[in-house]
Amino acid sequence: MITIIDYGLGNILAFSNTYKRLNVEVKVARKAGDLEGATKLILPGVGAFDHAMDLFQRSGMRERTEELVLGKKVPVLGICVGMQILASASDEGTSPGLGWIQGTVKKFDVTRLPHSTHLPHMGWNDVAPLRQAALFNQLQYDARFYFLHSYYFRCADQGDALAQAKYGDYFTCAVNHENVYGVQFHPEKSHHYGAQLLKNFADL
Amino acid sequence: MLRPRIIPCLLVRDKGLVKTVKFANEKYVGDPINAVRIFNEKEVDELIVLDIDATVKGVGPDMKMIERLAAECRMPLCYGGGIKTVEQARSIIGLGVEKVALSSAILAKPELVADIAREIGRQSVVVVLDVKKKLFGSKYEIWTHNAKVNTHKNPIEFARLLEELGAGEIVLNSIDNDGVMKGYDLGLVEKVREATTVPMSVVGGAGSLRDLAGLINKFGIIGAVAGSLFVFKGVYKAVLINYPNPAEKDKLIQDAYPR
Repeated sequence: MITIIDYGLGNILAFSNTYKRLNVEVKVARKAGDLEGATKLILPGVGAFDHAMDLFQRSGMRERTEELVLGKKVPVLGICVGMQILASASDEGTSPGLGWIQGTVKKFDVTRLPHSTHLPHMGWNDVAPLRQAALFNQLQYDARFYFLHSYYFRCADQGDALAQAKYGDYFTCAVNHENVYGVQFHPEKSHHYGAQLLKNFADL
Repeated sequence: MLRPRIIPCLLVRDKGLVKTVKFANEKYVGDPINAVRIFNEKEVDELIVLDIDATVKGVGPDMKMIERLAAECRMPLCYGGGIKTVEQARSIIGLGVEKVALSSAILAKPELVADIAREIGRQSVVVVLDVKKKLFGSKYEIWTHNAKVNTHKNPIEFARLLEELGAGEIVLNSIDNDGVMKGYDLGLVEKVREATTVPMSVVGGAGSLRDLAGLINKFGIIGAVAGSLFVFKGVYKAVLINYPNPAEKDKLIQDAYPR
């Protein structure tokens, strides 16, 4: 069953509601015991990197989640800051990340942005998959998603980059290594594009 | 590429939706949840909901209502009204709202922007400036409490200060143009735009899709916000929730801001 990890950040209800509409059963985990029986995991998040790491640590669910993800290879989808904490570190903070995908989280270089408006990167942007991946089924062309962030994921191995978007330069907006997935944008708030991506994750 | 945003702004009072003209003469336009459902179907870019009772009545945000709105919204939601503390902002984000809008509280205490940004991240901190032209001359002042209290603050200088403190977006609301549907005050937008660099959205005056196009044409990546335009139809202002369909929206943006 798809289990949404509720460690105090992110829009748990928006995920549940999307899946309810898709007729996919979901469960919300608030403590380690709730993770029992999870076959897919969603790791949401908004806000600052260190705050997210701190809350996830204090939720008591980190160890069990790591067993599932790294040991049992249960697919996991990190969203926004939930994606950023998959990295090893971030420019935004001092806490180490989870390190499930090798890379660091960098701040956009404002001098390279073409608009008078700089950061955060806010609004709907085009997303282009970099390789065939089931997560982007039916989203190969004309996929757009809602972004709200100032930092982005830089993969150590470019092969882990799953999709890109352009803001000034191209940046990686979706990552994947084995069973670990992350998206910088908010599928739970991206209308039918987002619903399709969440359905694709459920179908993996 | 990143697109300009076209955003309906809904005003809530006594749990119902209303629409005002120059911040007064409000008209009941329906139920908020019902409106959100219609805007879901229309795939709007974002939604702003402002509770115009909370500050004036001195009550905090209605968390029950916000929770219902956030659960219903399939688009990003910005909530404003009555937020005075870091804890309230954090709770609202916890309910699944993407952005909180601050107004009267930060006019009294601008440092609150920094405190809230530290807690929830600056990308989720929106400041709303209700701005009115001075009776004499061409200067503007920021008003609060539904345009009843003049703070005598200059919106251009204050916007710059709020950005320094940690605001992630500035929403500029023209009191003079509210509900008038004769176009945005582009001169005012230009002054605030030049003084700041964070994303900006503009509300007050949009009466047609052409007005949105004009704003986008001049400023490119900007939030074009409208109230009356998306809740009324026709000269008699019959209540009819509407929004350009995806093809109309793409064309409007492409024509106004070709890349």
